[in-house]
Amino acid sequence: MATLESPPPGTPSAMTNAFGTVLSALILLLIGVLAFSIRLFSVIKYESVIHEFDPYFNYRVTQFLSKNGIYEFWNWFDDRTWYPLGRVIGGTVYPGLTLTAGTIWWALNAINIPLSVETVCVFTAPVFSAFASWATYLLTKEVKGSGAGLAAAALLAMVPSYISRSVAGSYDNEAVAIFALIFTFYLYIKTLNTGSLFYATLNAIAYFYMVCSWGGYTFIINLIPMHVLLCIVTGRYSPRLYIAYAPLVVLGTLLAALVPVVGFNAVLTSEHFASFLVFIIIHVVALVYYIKGILSPKMFKVAVTLVVSIGLAVCLIVVAVLVALVASSPTGGWSGRSLSLLDPTYASKYIPIIASVSEHQPPTWPSYFMDINVLAFLVPAGIIACFSPLSDASSFVVLYIVMSVYFSGVMVRLMLVLAPAACIMSGIALSQAFDVFTASIKYQLGRSANSKDDAEDNTSTNNAPKDDSSSGKTDKGEEVAKERPSKKGKKKEREPADKPSVKSKILKKRALVLPLEASIVALLLLIMLGAFYVIHCVWAAAEAYSAPSIVLTSQSRDGLHVFDDFRESYAWLSHNTDVDDKVASWWDYGYQTTAMANRTVIVDNNTWNNTHIATVGTAMSSPEKAAWEIFNSLDVKYVLVVFGGLIGYPSDDINKFLWMVRIGGGVFPHIKEADYLRDGNYRIDSEATPTMLNCLMYKLSYYRFVETDGKGYDRVRRTEIGKKNFKLTHFEEVFTSHHWMVRIYKLKPQKNRIRGRAKKLKLKTSSGLDSKPAKKNPWI
Amino acid sequence: MAARNWIFAVAVAVAVFLSLSTFSSAQDLQIVNAERRIDLSSHIVKAFLTLKVENIGKDPAADMLLAFPPTQIKNLAMVQALAVMGKKKKKTYLPLDVKPSEQPDAPNDAGYFLVSFATPLGPGETVTLEVLYILTHSLEPFPVEITQSESQLVYYHDSAVVLSPYRIKQQATFFKTPSTRVESFTSVEPANRAGKEIKYGPYEDRAPYSYAPVIVHFENNSPFAVVEELVREIEISHWGSLQITENYRLTHGGARHKGVFSRVEYQSRRSISGSSSFNALLAVLPPRVNSVYYRDDIGNISTSHLRTGFKKSELEFEPRYPLFGGWRATFVIGYRVPLEDYLFEAPDGRRYLNFTFGCPLVETIVNKLTLKVVLPEGSKDPSAVLPFTVNQDLQVKYSYLDIVGRTVVVLQKDNVVPTHNVPFQVYYTFKPIYMLAEPLMLVSAFFFVFVTSLAYVHIDLNIVKK
Repeated sequence: MATLESPPPGTPSAMTNAFGTVLSALILLLIGVLAFSIRLFSVIKYESVIHEFDPYFNYRVTQFLSKNGIYEFWNWFDDRTWYPLGRVIGGTVYPGLTLTAGTIWWALNAINIPLSVETVCVFTAPVFSAFASWATYLLTKEVKGSGAGLAAAALLAMVPSYISRSVAGSYDNEAVAIFALIFTFYLYIKTLNTGSLFYATLNAIAYFYMVCSWGGYTFIINLIPMHVLLCIVTGRYSPRLYIAYAPLVVLGTLLAALVPVVGFNAVLTSEHFASFLVFIIIHVVALVYYIKGILSPKMFKVAVTLVVSIGLAVCLIVVAVLVALVASSPTGGWSGRSLSLLDPTYASKYIPIIASVSEHQPPTWPSYFMDINVLAFLVPAGIIACFSPLSDASSFVVLYIVMSVYFSGVMVRLMLVLAPAACIMSGIALSQAFDVFTASIKYQLGRSANSKDDAEDNTSTNNAPKDDSSSGKTDKGEEVAKERPSKKGKKKEREPADKPSVKSKILKKRALVLPLEASIVALLLLIMLGAFYVIHCVWAAAEAYSAPSIVLTSQSRDGLHVFDDFRESYAWLSHNTDVDDKVASWWDYGYQTTAMANRTVIVDNNTWNNTHIATVGTAMSSPEKAAWEIFNSLDVKYVLVVFGGLIGYPSDDINKFLWMVRIGGGVFPHIKEADYLRDGNYRIDSEATPTMLNCLMYKLSYYRFVETDGKGYDRVRRTEIGKKNFKLTHFEEVFTSHHWMVRIYKLKPQKNRIRGRAKKLKLKTSSGLDSKPAKKNPWI
Repeated sequence: MAARNWIFAVAVAVAVFLSLSTFSSAQDLQIVNAERRIDLSSHIVKAFLTLKVENIGKDPAADMLLAFPPTQIKNLAMVQALAVMGKKKKKTYLPLDVKPSEQPDAPNDAGYFLVSFATPLGPGETVTLEVLYILTHSLEPFPVEITQSESQLVYYHDSAVVLSPYRIKQQATFFKTPSTRVESFTSVEPANRAGKEIKYGPYEDRAPYSYAPVIVHFENNSPFAVVEELVREIEISHWGSLQITENYRLTHGGARHKGVFSRVEYQSRRSISGSSSFNALLAVLPPRVNSVYYRDDIGNISTSHLRTGFKKSELEFEPRYPLFGGWRATFVIGYRVPLEDYLFEAPDGRRYLNFTFGCPLVETIVNKLTLKVVLPEGSKDPSAVLPFTVNQDLQVKYSYLDIVGRTVVVLQKDNVVPTHNVPFQVYYTFKPIYMLAEPLMLVSAFFFVFVTSLAYVHIDLNIVKK
């Protein structure tokens, strides 16, 4: 790290530099502590527990890893899920997070610190948030100096968007992936600035870690080629660019192919093609530059014609091959999620399962304000700062923010990718603004003094760490020349109007200086803005994003009410059913059931098999008898439904039911959404359609519900239910949690077949009996 | 009589075995009066037996035998005997030594306990003994499976007369049932029932080893809370606290639940629905307890309430769901108590922990109790002192930054009832200097880190001078 480089001893600035280094190291440490501790609200307000859905799966995988070791993990075929298909966990999971937490757990236990796997998993995300803010510091420092770096790191440490995915207990891929993302970008920029092959190799390794961690690695492998292309197009090609890019593609692709879940996708799917194309282009360009260097201008012209014609031919062949490959795949070689990124309406048209997940919906404007708050206003200023002057590094962050703004506009989830970019931009903006204002104040205060002293004062006190970084870079040759103008140019970016007028140094100096009062007021306003951001972030961390969602609380007049029904029923399942029983529920609860109840499920949150999910959806939307047959064919013993009608828990199965119908109907056309809607409205009251009132989901949710209050008033839908008194013939209630949020039913065993005479006798005596078997079997 | 010769042979064999003792043969003692009161109101069966023993032999008798049928001996959790001294108002009780005893020729695998008198019983003298014995798992649910609305009926098997190797002149047995609902009871004349009490007897002059099997079939809806396995870990930290972690595997040992569990019935008709189920438990914890937690594998359980008191603390808690017959639940209770209340220094310089054995839950049977006392790192020569026999073992546990590991004294006992909640001691030697080992280790580790970074910063590793 450049900050830790010792300054040459003896010089007067050495002490200042050392002081600056120590100070920024201390600030960084505090930022790390802040990033970690702001995410502990969930532990303090609730408990140290794994949150939500996906983290439970990751937790379960980590448990398996810590118990059975890495080789067993790669070969793990999980027969507890997707019954009867099973799932090859080792080959279908991004192992980065699991391996990270597993390694941490192993290391801690090796030095006899007996933390449980759960504790390690709970605190992985906060720890990596601290790492992520340090990585942000490094990245921003490469772009605009350490002042901006510190500001960006502090902003990232508490940006709500990132907090929402990395509170203690939120043990999800994104927790480590954001660190990996930023760190990969940092190493890319570092390589770009230094041209060092060492950093290029590190970059490939960081990219490998990112590939291990999250499917979002495709963002990197598309963004970096785009930046390279941008550099080439704008005539910024340099050997450093080549070193930053070529090893990344070669090594990165090789390493990525090592991850089982990616495998040959690293060279076969369209998401990666951009990088190969740019790889070819950069070689062509490199060749051109090389030839240009060794040939005379005349010869060069000849060579250009030759190369261009050959190059075009090669390109055409490659493009043709690509087109052929892509055309052979129905989705054009793109995965569903990627396609919905390119075409935001794609998912809702073709893949209801992706569209049904709330985090795959486009965000609303308030969610931008909620998630990145004042950063949204600082980002434009940061972009302007990056353009004055534009360096390779700053053009990269500009590209990053532009791309991530687009992606976040498509999917709420990708707001997470936007957050670091916004923090970097805002950090740059804030730091530049502070530079300008403090410089102005200094200038105004010391106007009576010698103007030369003043100027020196300005540069040396503006930002001590920045000086340090520039002095550290003096040995780096040519890019110092690039850095220099950026340092000087920084001071003018807050006043775009003045920009064109700046011609000479004196003029520029004067233009930079603002009136004393204006500077002070602006500084105060900026500090207020920062304070507002901090308050918002703490509020978001404490109130909005720390609920673990498996346990709900509500504050009423007579104290805090805790609704722990999910764990109540999972614990019941885990202790009071046979270990090999199969539990059917909507896929949302699959991960939790396998992790907390340790029971086999039919479908889970890894929605890899649409047909299987559609089968469960169909069963839930069918009448009892048909549903029983579907479930029985899947060996299901228990059916679990989530019902919020008694206490008013809105995200229950009745509210998700239309998705079950849609997904089920997508595969089994006899389920028609229109049958469940009355005049296009989804309702469960007396106006509901008979199909709705007779489907399994309705019955399992409202079975004997009317007996609670005599009317059957559903507190979520705010209406009385349509069909109140009914009996179940093929299912029996075996467990209902304390607040009725989870209801578990058991499939009744098949009735004994009564053969021959006995059957006839029975038919005679009671005509009301089900005569279906007789119809089916005319011989009896 | 064949039986007499038999007993004689037994007595001779034991006498030879004990070699020195003045063991009296069975003929020498007789029981003048025996009264037995068996409390069936919970699932822990308590029998109070009052025996008036007379020495009719010529030699003084030092001890006597208590006999139990084989069906009871395996469920026998504890036997205690007291000698009654003095008359009427000035009655005092003197605890007697009771040991399980092997009689090689015991009829029908009967089990024996040997009660040693405080002073040998001289010829013609009598002594009154109060014997308490506790049986677990002795109430057999019948019907074996019940639905939510039924109440639980159980069988209790016993004998109408006291099983004894001695002749009993006069005796009576009383069974106390929890409610007046008694389905049936075997009639051994004279036997009658009044309210919650069934009386067998009085029976006159029964020969040794008389046995008259009876079955009582009655309603018992008390919570059949059985802890299948309890692991208590007591970790001693000389920094000032005792951390106790208790892992429970609880089950409802009564009639199995059959079919539907309807929450609406359970909530609205609480009196008749699920009457044999239970969902509240009470743990009696030490006073000055702090940092109490109650959780299971998947997180905290939010239904608990702690009352701290001067003499004891009470933790009232509920499992995640009500327990019906055959249902299970697991949970962990952990708490911390100040060290000075439980750790003392013996006169010989050793330290000893004085803590309560058994299970803190009230009215609970523990099938298998493992108590682990984790001594601080560097402790030596551990030894445990208990008033009854348990399996003892030593283990090593590695906890925070341990190098040599901590010695763990493992005490293991089956079939534990609340009467086993008595103090026990673990003695060990410990040098306080070991307390500083871990802080010093951390300090030196940090020191090392700083020194290396210092060295790294000052050493120029470049080959070429720049």
